[in-house]
Amino acid sequence: MTAVVNVFLKEGVLDPQGKAAHHALDSLGFAGVSDVRIGKQIIINLETEDRATAEAEVKEMCETLLANTVIEDYTIEIN
Amino acid sequence: MKVAVLRFPGTNCEFDTQYAFEKLGHTTELVWHESKELPEDIDLVVVPGGFSYGDYLRSGSIARFSPVMKAVSAYADAGGKVLGICNGFQILTEAGLLPGALKRNNNLHFISKHQTLCVINNDNAFLNKCEKGEVLNIPIAHADGNYYIDEDGFKKLEANGQILLRYSDENGNPVVVNGSVTSIAGVCNEAKNVFGLMPHPERALEAILGSEDGVRMLQGFEA
Repeated sequence: MTAVVNVFLKEGVLDPQGKAAHHALDSLGFAGVSDVRIGKQIIINLETEDRATAEAEVKEMCETLLANTVIEDYTIEIN
Repeated sequence: MKVAVLRFPGTNCEFDTQYAFEKLGHTTELVWHESKELPEDIDLVVVPGGFSYGDYLRSGSIARFSPVMKAVSAYADAGGKVLGICNGFQILTEAGLLPGALKRNNNLHFISKHQTLCVINNDNAFLNKCEKGEVLNIPIAHADGNYYIDEDGFKKLEANGQILLRYSDENGNPVVVNGSVTSIAGVCNEAKNVFGLMPHPERALEAILGSEDGVRMLQGFEA
């Protein structure tokens, strides 16, 4: 199975990269942008074929290493 | 005093740190990150600056799982003094030994310059040789020095006197340097035996370097 993890700074935590990109888009004339957030996507190939096991394992990976839950939120998608 | 200075792949301030403490008359020992134990009879552990594991994923996030960090946690839990400088500060927050987290500077720049700092609290081992409200000149060099803590956490820090240093102007008024919450440059844990700061006191030991203000910071650990 494949797990797709998206990690973003929490709402309310200023995202400097997103702000810079937003500003650049604005300068390029893309006027209709109200906010930009930049995060990272981590794709993990797992040996298990059991969805529940995969989800539990990846959640533990996120809490342990992949996200810093003091400043970041994450979502997990299992395919 | 005997000081253990940790060394991870990518650490680059271990020799400066060693030089600093030896110049102050102490003995030092470099400790490789794979070591499961700290040397015996040490009085202080320093997690020095650098780019442990190349800052991959997040600064300090991989180093915190090095075997030596288990020993550091146990040492800190038993009341041992630990100082994290720059990348060391990031490692200690990632390890949960210090509250909050360090994120990318607001202006996205790597900032490298001399910076004035205001001493906020001196009722701790690290800053007891400094005056409260004193302004120090200590170099900074970081890309991920933007200290973040949520509101509840901040209130606790303030109530417990855990805010050690703020980036300031020459009169001690806070200035925005990297976006840190209330310009925080350094904090300690609740028990006041684990300290972390982004500036580099080990680079401010001699007038020829532009400042000697780091001396009193590091002397604070002397009994």
